[in-house]
Amino acid sequence: MMNELKTRNLLHLEDVYKSYGDKLVLDDIDLSVAAGEFCTVVGPSGCGKSTLLRIIIGQERATSGTVFIDGKEVGNPDPTRGIVYQRYSLFPHLTVLENVLLGKELAFSYLKRDMAHRQFRDEAMAMLERVRLADHVHKYPHELSGGMQQRVAIAQTLIKRPKIVMMDEPFGALDPGVREDLQLFLLELWEEIGMTVFFVTHDLEEGVFLGTRLIVLSQYYSTEGSKHKHGAKIVADHSLPKNVLSTRVKRAQEFSALLEEVRREGFDPAHLQHIDAFNLKHKDSFATR
Amino acid sequence: MSIKRSIWGLHGLAPIWLQRTFALTPFVSLVLLYVIASDYRLEINPQDKLLPSLGQISDSVERLAFNPDPRTGDYILLKDTLSSLSRLGIGIGLASITGLLLGLNIGLIPATRHLLMPFMTFISIVPPLAILPILFITFGVDELAKVMLIFIGTFPLITRDIVLTVRTTPAEQITKALTLGATTTQVIYRIVMPQVLPKLIDTVRLSLGAGWLFLIASEAIASTDGLGYRIFLVRRYLAMDVIIPYVLWITFLGFVIDWLLQQLIAKRFPWYRR
Repeated sequence: MMNELKTRNLLHLEDVYKSYGDKLVLDDIDLSVAAGEFCTVVGPSGCGKSTLLRIIIGQERATSGTVFIDGKEVGNPDPTRGIVYQRYSLFPHLTVLENVLLGKELAFSYLKRDMAHRQFRDEAMAMLERVRLADHVHKYPHELSGGMQQRVAIAQTLIKRPKIVMMDEPFGALDPGVREDLQLFLLELWEEIGMTVFFVTHDLEEGVFLGTRLIVLSQYYSTEGSKHKHGAKIVADHSLPKNVLSTRVKRAQEFSALLEEVRREGFDPAHLQHIDAFNLKHKDSFATR
Repeated sequence: MSIKRSIWGLHGLAPIWLQRTFALTPFVSLVLLYVIASDYRLEINPQDKLLPSLGQISDSVERLAFNPDPRTGDYILLKDTLSSLSRLGIGIGLASITGLLLGLNIGLIPATRHLLMPFMTFISIVPPLAILPILFITFGVDELAKVMLIFIGTFPLITRDIVLTVRTTPAEQITKALTLGATTTQVIYRIVMPQVLPKLIDTVRLSLGAGWLFLIASEAIASTDGLGYRIFLVRRYLAMDVIIPYVLWITFLGFVIDWLLQQLIAKRFPWYRR
């Protein structure tokens, strides 16, 4: 079963542990994500969501355990996994267009970079049109609003056509209105391009709204007899209905019922699920023992 | 009725003409004070050399700057200026290139950091003037020793400053570059280097003060021309009428170089300081 998941699915993690000194942060994470999935990860603050993401892209190393992309073990960051951060995704010394072209330009030597620019300019412009920034291509990042910067960051990542797009709280610093705009925009892109997304957020509502699959990572659970501190585990794994492209679903009854359920499963320190009671019924869910 | 605010307080805001007047006041006062003191001393002793009159100073300037030297045919101020500036330029230029390359590699590659950082710290603490005799013995009393003194005196600080700047690069940025397909070399020279260039210019602006110090010190000890050489040469005759304009000229050169570098940053790196 496990090996079948590993070969069938795009992203596959086995027995991933991460500790900083004595403190165990991630406690035996097993996770498999199919291609085309919009997988969101939520959890209480400090549960290690971002650490998990950084291990997958290779920015940090797991203490033990393995990450596979397309069945192959991966290590340091490389173009198979694209990344959009909350901040620092853009290079401040490059214009919008240059930021987007960078992924193409780096395949050429410095002296041939003008040639690369000519060759890929149209593709980059098409990408910038798609993120509705065609009028701002010669501006520097500091001249753009937060929402525009994130759209450039998405274009910059997508032009490299990564197998999976990792996003670490990409809309966390934006105003609520802009944030909803970008959520819808991202869903449109996801539908259009058919990309695989791994999206970490502390905002439960955002996670439920965007995802086709919702992973709840939490340190709040109980195990037999052990009172000492344990690291975070995947405590729930929901398959979500395919999203309609409207924020109206956020006001639907099922939506709030699901929010309530997830909040109980992962966010409430007073309510500790037993480790055997985890909701891991998703078809790609597995746990090694 | 508007609230009256004193121009002296925390919120003081003087009109432009007054701001300009303020800026000029210390300069004008200094010149006035000099003229009065000079007049006073010359009245008592017309042979006094300590505070020459403005007329005497301008005579010397004319002789050194606008008339060729009767013996060699050179314009002395021009020749001194060109010699000094080329020594300073080569010394600081070499120091910036070395500092940039070392700083990038020490800042970004842990192995290089472990290998060179303690040594760089050690080198930066050696007092450059104390090793000046060693430089003269090793490199002779010609140009090389002077350039080396400026180089050795300024590159450790430039290196350390670039290391500090490079180390503030967010880890996210480096990961991002790698996910866009950058190699290690590209991360160093195509992602990080362009971002530290304006900082390098800022560091050079600050290092120029030390550069002038080492330049003048080495010229004072062994040279046949240069601004520092001239000042220390005429010191023997208490020729304040030459020393004072030379000092002002050096100050002016320093000011212009600093201004030019600042313009360069503003023009070439519009994203810097944002």
